[in-house]
Amino acid sequence: MSGIVVVGNGMAGSRFVTEMRDRDREVPLTVFGAEPQQPYNRVLLSNVLAGKSRPDQIGLVDPSWYERHGVDARLGVEVVRVDREAREVHASDGTVTPYRTLVIATGSTAFVPPIPGTLDGLPAGAVAFRTLDDCVRIMEAAGRAERAVVVGGGLLGIEAARGLAGRGLDVTVVHLAGHLMERQLDPGAGRVLARTLGRLGIRARLEASVTALRSEPEGDGARVSGVELATGEVLPADVVVLACGVRPDVTLAREAGLEVDRGIVVDEMLRSVTDPSVRAIGECSQYGGEVYGLVAPAWEQAAILADLLAGTDTAARFTGARQITRLKAASVELAAMGETHHGDEDPDVEVVQFADPARGTYKKVVIKDDRLIGAILLGETGTAGTLTQLYDRAAPLPSDRLSLLFPGVSGTAVSDSPVRMPDAATVCHCNNVSKGQIRACWEQGARTADEVCARTRASSGCGSCRDAVEGIVSWLDEQEAAPTG
Amino acid sequence: MAVSEKVSPQGLAEAPGGTPTHCPYCALQCGMAVGGSPVRVTPREDVPANRGGLCQKGWTAAELLTVPDRLTTPLMRAHLGAPLEPCTWDEALDRIASEITRLQARHGRDAIGVFGGGGLTNEKAYQLGKFARIALRTSQIDYNGRFCMSSAAAALNRAFGLDRGLPGPITDLAGADAIMLAGGNVAETMPPFMRHLTEMRERGGALIVIDPRRTSTARQADLHLQPTPGTDLALANGMLHLAITEGLLDEAFIDGRTGGFEAVRIAVNGYWPDRVERITGVPVPQMREAVRLLARGRRSLILTARGAEQHARGTDTVTAFINLALALGLPGREGGGYGCLTGQGNGQGGREHGQKADQLPGYRKIDDPAARAHVAKVWGVDPEIIPGPGRSAFELLDALGADDGPKALLLFGSNPVVSAPRSGRIEERLNALDFLAVSDFVLSETARRADVVLPTAQWAEESGTLTNLEGRVLRRRRAVDPPAGVRTDLEILAGLAGRLAAPGRWSTDPAEVFEELRAASAGGPADYSGITYERIEREGGVFWPCPSEDHPGTPRPFAERFHTPDGRARFVPVEHSGAAEGVDEHYPVYLTTGRVLAHYQSGAQTRRIGPLVDASPEPFAEMHPDLAERHGVADGGMVRVTSRRGTVIVRARLVDSIRHDTVFIPFHWAEEGRANLLTNPALDPMSRMPEFKVCAVRVEPHEENGADL
Repeated sequence: MSGIVVVGNGMAGSRFVTEMRDRDREVPLTVFGAEPQQPYNRVLLSNVLAGKSRPDQIGLVDPSWYERHGVDARLGVEVVRVDREAREVHASDGTVTPYRTLVIATGSTAFVPPIPGTLDGLPAGAVAFRTLDDCVRIMEAAGRAERAVVVGGGLLGIEAARGLAGRGLDVTVVHLAGHLMERQLDPGAGRVLARTLGRLGIRARLEASVTALRSEPEGDGARVSGVELATGEVLPADVVVLACGVRPDVTLAREAGLEVDRGIVVDEMLRSVTDPSVRAIGECSQYGGEVYGLVAPAWEQAAILADLLAGTDTAARFTGARQITRLKAASVELAAMGETHHGDEDPDVEVVQFADPARGTYKKVVIKDDRLIGAILLGETGTAGTLTQLYDRAAPLPSDRLSLLFPGVSGTAVSDSPVRMPDAATVCHCNNVSKGQIRACWEQGARTADEVCARTRASSGCGSCRDAVEGIVSWLDEQEAAPTG
Repeated sequence: MAVSEKVSPQGLAEAPGGTPTHCPYCALQCGMAVGGSPVRVTPREDVPANRGGLCQKGWTAAELLTVPDRLTTPLMRAHLGAPLEPCTWDEALDRIASEITRLQARHGRDAIGVFGGGGLTNEKAYQLGKFARIALRTSQIDYNGRFCMSSAAAALNRAFGLDRGLPGPITDLAGADAIMLAGGNVAETMPPFMRHLTEMRERGGALIVIDPRRTSTARQADLHLQPTPGTDLALANGMLHLAITEGLLDEAFIDGRTGGFEAVRIAVNGYWPDRVERITGVPVPQMREAVRLLARGRRSLILTARGAEQHARGTDTVTAFINLALALGLPGREGGGYGCLTGQGNGQGGREHGQKADQLPGYRKIDDPAARAHVAKVWGVDPEIIPGPGRSAFELLDALGADDGPKALLLFGSNPVVSAPRSGRIEERLNALDFLAVSDFVLSETARRADVVLPTAQWAEESGTLTNLEGRVLRRRRAVDPPAGVRTDLEILAGLAGRLAAPGRWSTDPAEVFEELRAASAGGPADYSGITYERIEREGGVFWPCPSEDHPGTPRPFAERFHTPDGRARFVPVEHSGAAEGVDEHYPVYLTTGRVLAHYQSGAQTRRIGPLVDASPEPFAEMHPDLAERHGVADGGMVRVTSRRGTVIVRARLVDSIRHDTVFIPFHWAEEGRANLLTNPALDPMSRMPEFKVCAVRVEPHEENGADL
């Protein structure tokens, strides 16, 4: 009996397999993974690079899970061809597997700029950063290196740079655009980020284009020695990390005759527009003209597809996702989402911002029709939880805009001095004793807090109002002692 | 001043203020003396739980004894639709017995259901379970504790092999380095408990509170995490993820005393900080700070209460917190570990002695042949006649009057018309019954629907034992005589057992019933066999398990080993799935329910006490001013809150201490302010706990058009 065949066991594919099995314990499930190890969490690669996690500690699925759950896991086996006519996939081990539904989750591969020095494979010490293997190679290279150059000042490049700096290397980030992370940040935030990274020993070379990788012979091959910029300047380096973006891995789909733009074009049920028995999720798919490069939408797609295929929610649809970027780099707190480039020129758009570049803080929210359409929190992210939820839900915003930027500026009603409380105010909540009752008790002769508490029962519950009772009693004493006037 | 944990015998007998006993309300079981004329309450200094403190509920507890509408005669309806009218005890008990006989003859033994309560003494809970199993021989018994402790109980059994609320004496708390309280508002629900937390803070310990509202408890915390309702599991997993990446694991503890960590590590790899921040709304720096505080000295305690437990994924949520505690190496240390804050007065003991659908005395499993044989021997019956497991509380109530459900219900110590989820549905099911009998001391909202109402004795009029939130067995002592015409539940059960010609002994003396309970619990997980009334009085309570009279009791049951077969605690991987009912365009706001200081449970008791009504006269909907403004609701105006299951009309109370997306309504009131008309009975697959703590609602101003006066 043919069932569901999943090609790709990365973040999207492995998530789909577990989500599917949660909903349907019977349907035959086969998953092909080109890498032999258990699927791992790519989000945690920055932890591995930073030395916070070991490479064997970032798994997403227990290796024994597959057998226990009746999933045919073909790890280390690559699918080489899809025969849509026969509904079969052909694998590198010579097997042919029939499918009823094919799920393509091949993800993406690192883009290596075609420049001298990369055309015949990368020299030792140069790594295109994408996978756990890449991560391990970078760490090996970093072990005996002093100077590193990271090509690409996007999210991944900065995380790599931070990891290398944390390992004691002298790091330079070479970036084509005028400021770092230009897809997520406005120029102001990019400048503050560069300054923050500078304090951590990371230099940024902006508007700089790499024209070649320099290398020196080593044994049979070559070892990287630096990068050459368009200006002709050469930055010497013992390790070079290429973080120049990714490209959806669509070779298999294209060869199978499926419509491919940047990714495999799918509808809101994640079906290939060419063949409804083929689905695509994660970074190899394209919906509404967008290829989603983050994990959250891939996991959302995995859940929706599992709901559709298991029949647990036949109305589930993917209608696009809101992307929230969070930099994972020690000592650099950064959250960014949506349209962050607006200034104050558009009368329909409300921009609230705060900058303290010297302390590495930059905060900005962009509001339209009382909804959050973009935000940056850099340096201090105390309101990130609130902002991400408001952005995710397109929820109306609090009237107090300041609370979007700073946690705790509203709501923390500073409790007034008990002395200035009105008589009706409750002092002891556990026993519902008002200030007026305490005053009356004092006027009837109870002149110590103990006596007042014994008679009114104030502070006999949780005890937290004891100080307030003492304050009121001593204030009453002072009032009595003071000359009237 | 150090307070002795022990009570001198003479102190007990001659306590100032009257007979030494404990408060009728929550599981803290504050010590109080009851006596004088008129009867007054005096707090006891010798009970470590409250050390002389009491909240307003406790101070006014004596007024319960003289509420104006106290029932002192049985009431009966001559026929369907007839009013409840006074009758004699014989008439009432004869009628119940004949209905039982008639309905069982026609529909089988399971035609009779029994519903108990976590406020019943151990003796009554034990006798009620026995009554169901060998007098009625019905499997259809459960109790309101299912709505209270069941998720924590299931998680504790799964992880530690034993379900005891706190891992040590309450006096351990003051010495903790940090305490994290998930979903509990002790400053209102058990105020004297705060004294222990305050003492901890004064010694330099940190209090962390997880609550969607900035409650009175949260205001006193060093750190308050304010998650979206229904996301506690993700938060706990996220904190464990951080504990791993920050290098805060206690590897030696994990290796030496636990099993299954690697599977949990893989599971929480999927809970990286910003994903959890997006799910919960809790900022990453706060999560990190909470984990650091817990790991700071390792003598830290993670506590859960109903806010984390009353969910369709409550068992897994508690498990996530237990996983965190285990990974940090907290359990087994004095003052550290994981604990559950029990709610009802005898919520702990009430879940140990057989009023649970799947359970026999001593926390034994009803489907375990050895357990059945042991208990049958104590009861003097053939094990074959003990029925198997029955329906859980909501399922039992939901099946009332259905084709395959019970046709009659006997109800003790509970008021499900107010306290059960989706209570409109519960009313329908009660109406579908052929016969309902209720034992209570006032005409509660549920008793009003009964065919027979039995007036029963209440707390200070009876004796017995209760097991408090520490797992310490305490004596409740009779301080005053019940009014004429009132009987105890033990007397009621004996009267019915006799009429039904039931096997077994049906003593009406709590001391004799306790002796039988000791024998029945012997060898079970909750072993009371070494506990005697004398020991309890002499020692100021005894911690179970206590397998023999020369055994000291077990204040810290996990100090040496866990109660699993291999002695190791179990890590169990758990996954977040969110609220069973999410918000959408029609029901865009979360509802969470809870308590206020002046009232207890369904309010059947506290709504009859003048000072408590003055303090808290009516239900309300707490919401943020921004939310109110968007829905046109004014502070103090009436608001309609509607879920897929019903509508309540309550007064709006605007506060900035609650999330913008959440409304809070306390559940102590009846009629159109009955919060449980709204709640979602989605059940936890393991504990069968309903999802009281989150559902989706919409909020509208209530237009009073003047005509409906």
